[in-house]
Amino acid sequence: MDRSRLVWLLFVALLLILVVNPLARLFWVSFQDPTTGVLTLGNYLTAFGRWRYIEALINSLVVGLAVGALCVVFGVPMAWAVSRTDMPGKGLVWAAILGTFIVPNYLGAVAWILLAGPNAGWLNRVWMAVTGAASGPFNVYSMPGLVLVIAIYSYPYVFVFTRGALDLISSEMDDAATTLGAGVLRRTLRITLPLTLPAVLAAFIVAFLEAIALFGVPALIALPGRFQVMTTMLWQFFEFPPRVEVAAAYAMPLLVITVALFWLQRRIIARKGYVALTGKGGERRLIRLGAWRWPLLAWCLFVTLLSFFMPMLVVLQAAFAKAWGRGFSLDNLTLRNVSFVLIDQRATQTAAWHTFVYGGTAALIALVLALAIAYVAHRRLVPLSSALTYVAMAPFVIPGIVLAIGFYAAYTRQPLVLYGTAWILILAFATRFLPIAYANSDAAIRSINPELEDAVRILGGSRALALRRVVAPLLQRGLAGAFILVFIPATRELSSAIFLYTTGTQVLSVLLFDKSDEGNFELLASIGLVLVVVTVALVMAGFRVVGRDFMLRRTST
Amino acid sequence: MEKLVLRDVTCRFGAVTAVDRITLALARGEFVSLLGPSGCGKTTTLRMIAGFLDPTEGTIELDGRTISAPGRSLPPEKRGMSMIFQSYAIWPNMTVADNVGFGLEVRRLPRAEIRDKVDRILDVVRMRHLRDRYPAELSGGQQQRVALARAIVVQPDVLLLDEPLSNLDANLREEMRYEIRRLHDEFQITTVYVTHDQAEAMVTSDRIAVMNAGRIEQLDEPRTLYARPRTRFVAGFIGRTNFLSAEVRGDDVVFDGFAIARARFADGPRLQGRLTFSLRPQSAHLHRHPPAASEHAAVLPGRIVQRAYLGEHWDYGVRPKDGALVLRVTARPHEVFDVDESVWLELDAAQMSPIAD
Repeated sequence: MDRSRLVWLLFVALLLILVVNPLARLFWVSFQDPTTGVLTLGNYLTAFGRWRYIEALINSLVVGLAVGALCVVFGVPMAWAVSRTDMPGKGLVWAAILGTFIVPNYLGAVAWILLAGPNAGWLNRVWMAVTGAASGPFNVYSMPGLVLVIAIYSYPYVFVFTRGALDLISSEMDDAATTLGAGVLRRTLRITLPLTLPAVLAAFIVAFLEAIALFGVPALIALPGRFQVMTTMLWQFFEFPPRVEVAAAYAMPLLVITVALFWLQRRIIARKGYVALTGKGGERRLIRLGAWRWPLLAWCLFVTLLSFFMPMLVVLQAAFAKAWGRGFSLDNLTLRNVSFVLIDQRATQTAAWHTFVYGGTAALIALVLALAIAYVAHRRLVPLSSALTYVAMAPFVIPGIVLAIGFYAAYTRQPLVLYGTAWILILAFATRFLPIAYANSDAAIRSINPELEDAVRILGGSRALALRRVVAPLLQRGLAGAFILVFIPATRELSSAIFLYTTGTQVLSVLLFDKSDEGNFELLASIGLVLVVVTVALVMAGFRVVGRDFMLRRTST
Repeated sequence: MEKLVLRDVTCRFGAVTAVDRITLALARGEFVSLLGPSGCGKTTTLRMIAGFLDPTEGTIELDGRTISAPGRSLPPEKRGMSMIFQSYAIWPNMTVADNVGFGLEVRRLPRAEIRDKVDRILDVVRMRHLRDRYPAELSGGQQQRVALARAIVVQPDVLLLDEPLSNLDANLREEMRYEIRRLHDEFQITTVYVTHDQAEAMVTSDRIAVMNAGRIEQLDEPRTLYARPRTRFVAGFIGRTNFLSAEVRGDDVVFDGFAIARARFADGPRLQGRLTFSLRPQSAHLHRHPPAASEHAAVLPGRIVQRAYLGEHWDYGVRPKDGALVLRVTARPHEVFDVDESVWLELDAAQMSPIAD
């Protein structure tokens, strides 16, 4: 009992460092005068005292709503087509959506600058060539541009949520309506869609929250377009000299909105109408679309063209081009950019190395902590273990950028100075993705019948022996998958890294963002490509270990 | 000497009392079942004996040594017991032989000896040819045998079984009942067996403790339990029965529509006031003509109101002529009566047992 107490204290300490302290510091700092240390509301007055600042906040909300709506328009028909109909090419659509997940959204932004940059962008050049006009109509550096780019990297959420709900509706529900004389249209509108509505709404909320919390894409698109959103504003508060207290105050609406909407999302999913879907699936038959198969397939291909095929094409071209503007010709091909990233330049080399080491260490820490908490909570080894569960899941509702400000506020001063070391990045990554690790560990532990451990103990084995001989071997597979699921986002995380890195601790995502000022898109594309290749390798490993469902599974939510 | 003793054992979860002052003593080598509906506290009792749960009050003793008491219980791994779980809890990451040998390994037996013992016990449960299989490759019955072998091979002080047959199909379940009893006869391990299936308990047990709402209602040998249930719950839970309310008036016990002389009952002199009797359906007999009078039996006219043919026997509903109640009576397949036919009903007073409500 004594030893388990010790272990429990260790986890509490870790959770305090990772989750509780940064949030507490964030609150505290936002009410504190930076020079005198007196409690004050001054920071809030500064943060919301200028129209510019308020405008950025409004912009964020507009972007969020527009992104949410666009995601529904993109994702719901695709989910319906893949889940319920006999549309051809489902495998291709599924693969393209997986591909969309794999492209880091800031790389997507780079790709869309190449595609729809004013005048030089590929789409504009094609337009000019076709119509003979003097300039093209597309400008990515605009509000619609920002909304489109965020939406094409968020609609997979809507797709996954909606498809999950649709997969659970048995054909019998449709048949019941058919026997009463309802046609395809009426059945879809009156039965299928209303049954999926809670899932769609929940996905809308997730897309909205993703959009307002995002840093990379707005920084690459809104700043050159001369407008601000909340996250870019937060970044400006951090320009030298950093005004943490103002940033903390300014981050509060983001935190409050996020927590409130996640609460709402849970309520929506938990509502009665949705529970009916979790019943026995029953037999499912595909709806025969007839000639309508082709327009639907065209829509799916159009969306994936925007989100995956076109961006990947231009990124590949730029990565292997001497100058991307010179187009697709053999004499424009070079390996120089890629070798520059991987071999020639020390900065990119170390950044690549850091990306792996930090991501891997963070994933390991998150997983061990999550596993321990899940185990303790399920086996009720200590009092108040359910409180631990809530703390472990809390980072799920904290935007990365807010978490980063909290880490900055907490660990740039005594007693624990982590700023300037790699640990602040590693711990921030571990915290940010702790909920992913927890959801997976929880599922893995849940799948192990406690009787398997009881059987060890009644035969004379200790709990430690039970963990070593039975629990650990059984967890292996699930945990390998969980490790990869944390590792992937940790290797590409930008929004928290950008606030916490110092010159010695750059990672690839930060490097990519840093280099974006220079306009060297060949280099940006190469860095991005390295990230994509890393991710693909990890995903393949995940498939091998866990199976096809690996990434498009609904876990933590 | 008594092997395992439970003294006033109580277990509460918050406001719920799962086990309420249970006292139970097992002789060495005895096989006792805890029988009752779900939620009666039988599994909780078993888990306290195993050491997975602490009693809230009371003590558990093994060979005269206290192993469980509130706040200071010996952990399960120090009790020298073994247990068979509802899910079998066969470790899926180990082969059959590894599973069975695990307990011996923990006891640090030499490798060769472990191998020897494992093979011998696998012979006993007829699983030797599957010793190198993984559990996922076994059928439910085979997994059950592995669980049995694993529990027995360590020669535990006490063997605990938690509804081990509930996941098997009906035929296999019947086979395994006899298997469990056979193994008990062979190894003579003191055993506590938890089940909700009365047939299982009756096949396997020396004595059965019928539990209800956290208490033991009656602890007896299977025959006594069936023939002489002491409470309404026990009478209703073990087999089917008729409940007959009666009143003692002078020398007669008066039922609804008929009366039987008090002297004919087994414990006639002690009967008094209002009471309820349990009468098993097979303790009543039907006749087409009035049977010869006898010492114990009461004979009364009645009428068939319902019947069902169940293959092994007939199930009749019979209403005594002057009463309102309908008695369940079973009869052998050749004893055929029609609905509405008049019959003579013979009730054996010696087999009617008075029960407490």
